[in-house]
Amino acid sequence: MTDAQTDFEPRITAFVCNWCTYTGADLAGTSRLHMASNVRIIRLPCTGRIDPLFIVKAFERGADGVIVSGCHPADCHYTSGNYHARRRFAVFHDIMGFVGVDPGRMTFSWVSASEGAKWKDVVDEAVSKVRELGPYEAYRALAPDDASATAEVTP
Amino acid sequence: MTDVATAPAYTGVEDMRRIARELLEAGDVRVIIGWEHARRGARPVFVSDPADTDKLIFDTRCVHNLVTYLNPRRDAVAELGKIGLVVKGCDVKAVAGLLREAQLTRDDVVLIGVRCGGVLEENELPAALALTPENVAPRCHGCDNREPTLTDHLVGEPQPEPPRPVMTIDERVAALDAQPLEERWAFWTDQFSKCVRCYACRQVCPLCICERCIVEKTQPQWIESSAHPRGNFSWNITRAIHLAGRCVDCGECERFCPVGIPLSLLNRKLQHIVRDRYDYTVSDDPENAAPIGDYRLDDQQEFIK
Repeated sequence: MTDAQTDFEPRITAFVCNWCTYTGADLAGTSRLHMASNVRIIRLPCTGRIDPLFIVKAFERGADGVIVSGCHPADCHYTSGNYHARRRFAVFHDIMGFVGVDPGRMTFSWVSASEGAKWKDVVDEAVSKVRELGPYEAYRALAPDDASATAEVTP
Repeated sequence: MTDVATAPAYTGVEDMRRIARELLEAGDVRVIIGWEHARRGARPVFVSDPADTDKLIFDTRCVHNLVTYLNPRRDAVAELGKIGLVVKGCDVKAVAGLLREAQLTRDDVVLIGVRCGGVLEENELPAALALTPENVAPRCHGCDNREPTLTDHLVGEPQPEPPRPVMTIDERVAALDAQPLEERWAFWTDQFSKCVRCYACRQVCPLCICERCIVEKTQPQWIESSAHPRGNFSWNITRAIHLAGRCVDCGECERFCPVGIPLSLLNRKLQHIVRDRYDYTVSDDPENAAPIGDYRLDDQQEFIK
């Protein structure tokens, strides 16, 4: 591992549902669980509200990895949002692999409101995996050659 | 391709013209959309005068999926009145797609099916050519709708299977799949970087039905609209996944692409994904619900922690 990689702190965007994972992450916080601090959480009503384009956009804006998490099957606040999301993300996961995006940069999980400890595990695992993969330079190389676009990816 | 034999028209053309004439004369339809022979080869034609129905042709150059004219975005076509449409087996699946998504009612259109034995990759030819592994449209290999059931009329004799192309689309997808991740990334970003964002792929698609495409939404702007590799990546991925489980593999997006992006590989890969995960194949049965927008409680979730 080079020095650059040891110093590398991944930036990870998490898209989570309001009812389960957000509350689970909140529980992890109030329980004072120590976990990697590389994750920026974006709260949405439901995993069914998460368009795959959100993930693409996160990579565009400089994320090195993405987490998508919501209620376990049969637990959805809106009955079926997570089932729809599951199909959508299965297809998205596979086609992104086909076009050469490392599936290790995308973590999908079910974390309920009581699973603060599981959230910590999901975060720690995602961060260590992305740390190994390194900064997502390949995606950033797609950016147009003007300063305004590169400014977005500087921490 | 000069040494390739010219081919006669497919059988049933006389029946097709007769049915078209009768439909127009009886006033059952206001316009027939089919193919005609023009200076540069076969092209779509709108026939509204019964006397003009002799223009209609069907041979190996009739590659166009005319169902694109039924797309609800084309309100100028809908204003012409009830449509009679000449369709191949592959095209009928797109009609089923529009019916399945309530973009069309079955009474809106009279379908004249033609039994097809495959088409050429190239339609701008002075005469139809016999199909060979070099000139056949690769998508014709393994056609599973050679006897369409959704049509009102079906003309022509059953045709022999089209020749196997030099390399099938499945083989090309498998070859890409066998490459390491970095190679695939290099391949696709290189292909997408050619994109000039003309959106011809979207305009010609019979199933890209949104009145307002996400790529045109600017507040917020989800997909960057200038033609640079990053925006092109977003656009091409989005176009592909919006057709997952819906694409009928008519190949029009790739045929229309002015810079030659192999979109049929992406579309085919998505067909494999929905087939492998959800046992779903796009058919001409409008009752067969599309896999995205549907779900089962026991769907695979091996990629979810």
